[in-house]
This record gives sequence, structure tokens and C-alpha cells, in this order.
Amino acid sequence: MSTTSAAQHHLVLILARDFASRLATAVFLVDERGSVIYYNEAAERVLGRKYIEGAGMDADEWGTLFAPSDDDGNPIELSELPLGVAILERRPDHRMLRIRSADGIRHRIEATAFPLFAHEDECLGAIAIFWKRDDDPSKDTRGGSETDAPGRDG
Amino acid sequence: MQARIWGCRGSIATPGPETIRYGGNTSCVEIRGDADEVIVLDAGTGARPLGNELMSDPPARVDLLLTHLHVDHLEGLGMFGPIWSPGTELHIWGPPSPVASLDERIATYFSPPLFPVHLAEVPARVRFHDAPREPWTIGSVTVTAHPILHPGATVGYRLESAGRAIAYVTDHEPALGTDLDAVDASWISGYALARRADVLIHDCQYTDDEYAAHVGWGHPSVTHVAAFARRVEADRLVMFHHHPGHGDEALDAMRDDMLSAWQVESERCILAAEGARIDV
Repeated sequence: MSTTSAAQHHLVLILARDFASRLATAVFLVDERGSVIYYNEAAERVLGRKYIEGAGMDADEWGTLFAPSDDDGNPIELSELPLGVAILERRPDHRMLRIRSADGIRHRIEATAFPLFAHEDECLGAIAIFWKRDDDPSKDTRGGSETDAPGRDG
Repeated sequence: MQARIWGCRGSIATPGPETIRYGGNTSCVEIRGDADEVIVLDAGTGARPLGNELMSDPPARVDLLLTHLHVDHLEGLGMFGPIWSPGTELHIWGPPSPVASLDERIATYFSPPLFPVHLAEVPARVRFHDAPREPWTIGSVTVTAHPILHPGATVGYRLESAGRAIAYVTDHEPALGTDLDAVDASWISGYALARRADVLIHDCQYTDDEYAAHVGWGHPSVTHVAAFARRVEADRLVMFHHHPGHGDEALDAMRDDMLSAWQVESERCILAAEGARIDV
């Protein structure tokens, strides 16, 4: 827990969560170790999982749960995901990627992530903002997303 | 520990017949530790009479804890007696900023043309400290500083000694974007500072009606403070940082509103008043 004490999150994270909660754009917030501390309703819709179900997931879990891949279907490692870069390298990153939501919907998304520094030497976590993209270059997209119901891909 | 209120007005000093009982000086609270440490919370205009009293028997060391550098919390520093005493070691603590050092930021106000003397030229031996991220000690008192929700770099303080705690959380809008009654306590600004404090000195600038037109200005409503006090389980609440437009009678009415909202015994809710002493 990125906190000012064991009892409370740091003010920067409180403000980040409040900011995210007011956006119609999907926002995903993790602590300095990469564990999920919040994502907003727009992110819930893309990820197919309620925040209350995803709270506390560690980086290895969310880094694989949504099966991130590039446009050619090659898996993307945590260290190459924008949020992974923000946490592991403490720098911003941006890329296109594909994910599969928890309820089996494939999405092509564009994600930007950056670390949250309270001071130059105090990184509290990172935040990712992502959009569904309809301009899928390799698929007949039907709006950028396609159902991948359980059983269809084994 | 004992607290003594020297200034409890917010925003700007308001002397006059309307503020006789609760006072018109801006924020300044003296804390005396169990070993008679002199700790001063903020340097509003209340720092002038406090400084005068301190100079009757000048302490060797004074620790001034600034919550932030808005003028109503700093304007008394130039008239604070110990800063003009070469025998005083004055430690000034304040919120860290990524932009400039604490002394540089204070000197923006404490230098010509806004003040005739530059901060670097005062006789006292002044030491500046960014408030540490971890608790530290001033004599027998353990001090904790955390950033709190108010425009610009702002911290609140918790002072603990002999198992007792006083929280000084002024200029604070904890309900901005937050339902204080519903959210998990770990997401409430100021929670860790104020949790189970024996005395909570908290900003109480606005009535509920006034707050509606001042969302985001960095101050709470009566209802918000009641919810905050309830969530942190404060023992006693000291309503502080009175709005300059609130005369004595208006403050009495706000205390009635606070008691209705907080639903506690009358003696647990106090209106800060100049000269008041509060045993912690």
C-alpha cells in the first residue's frame, strides 16, 4: 500500500483516484509495486471486471489476465506494457495493444501510462489511461471489438 | 501537552466588535510539550502577541511548524519577537515543494518590497526544514506531517506525547470529490493524522450553504467536518479557521449545527477562541 501511514493512502493517490472516478475515459491505478488500487467505471467496461473484483491484483496477475498482445497476436510481457514500463522503469510509455477482457471480449486499445511521483525520489505508483480503438488494421473489427466467448478459442 | 490559541481566524485578520469573543487574529497555536518545548503552529497575525509573551522569558529554541505558505499563515512571522532575538534558535518546518526551497518560498513574502527586511538578515539563528516524510521528534514530542487536501503544497500535523495526540488539520477540504460517510477510511485525506486524536483542531470555514459556492477553495463545511470527526473518531473537536465574515453569533450558530451533525456531547465540540488553553 502506497501510504502516508498504514492507515491511509498518500494524498497524491487520493487525488488520482478522485480524478479517475470523474472521467469517462478508462483509467487504471496501481501502487508502487504494481498492485491494483483503483480503476474506474470506464475501465470496468473495457476489462469486463468490476473494480471490487480486481482490487489488489498484483502486476503479474493483471499483466497476464487480460492476455495482452500486439496486432500480430504476439504476447506482450509486463515489462513491455505501458503500465509495466511506468512501474519498472519509472518513465512514461505509450503503445497500441490488444487485450481480452475478463468476459471474453477482445479489444484493440491505445494506452498511455506514467509514474506518479510525490517527490523526485518518491514514486507512489502509476496510472494508465486507455481507449478502445476502432481502426484495427488487421481485422474486420465490427467496432474494434469482437466477442471471444469462452470455448471459442479453447 | 497544552495548546493555546493565539489566532483562529481564516483568510484575513478581522478585529472589531463582531469578533470580540472568538478573536480576529489569523492562525497561530502555541503547543507546550511536557518538557516545556515551544512549538508554534503557523505564523498568522496571532504570532505577534505570542512572540511578545515569549520574549518576556526568551526560550533558547522555538520550533515553528507551518502548514503552508498562504499569507494568513505567514503574515505574523515578521512581527514574531523571537525572530529578532540573536539568542533564539528558530527552526521553521514546512511543506516540501519541488519548485523551490522553504526559505526561498518564505522569502517571497519576507523581503522587499513586501517586507522591509530580507529573511536572510534577521538576527535569530533560523534553520529551515522540509517537513520529513517520517515522524520526527522535537524534545518529548513526536511530530508527523502529511500532505492534506488544500490548493498548493499543504501539510497537517499530528503531535504526540505521553500517549496523547493533538492533530492540527487546518485549511483542509477532505470531502472534495469524496463521500466521507461512504468511502473507505484509507481514501480520506488527513485520516491518518487525525485518527483517534484526543484533540482535533480542524478548519471549519463554511456553513453548508456557503460551501456550495466555494467547492474546491480548500475549506470544508460544517457537515463535512462533522463527518470527518466521526470517521477519525476524534475525542474533542476544536472548530478553527473561522471565516472572516462570521461574527461571534454566527460562530455560535455553526457550533450548534456541528453538534446536530456530529451528535456528540456538547463538551466535545469547542469553538477556537483567542486566549483559550486546551489540555491535551
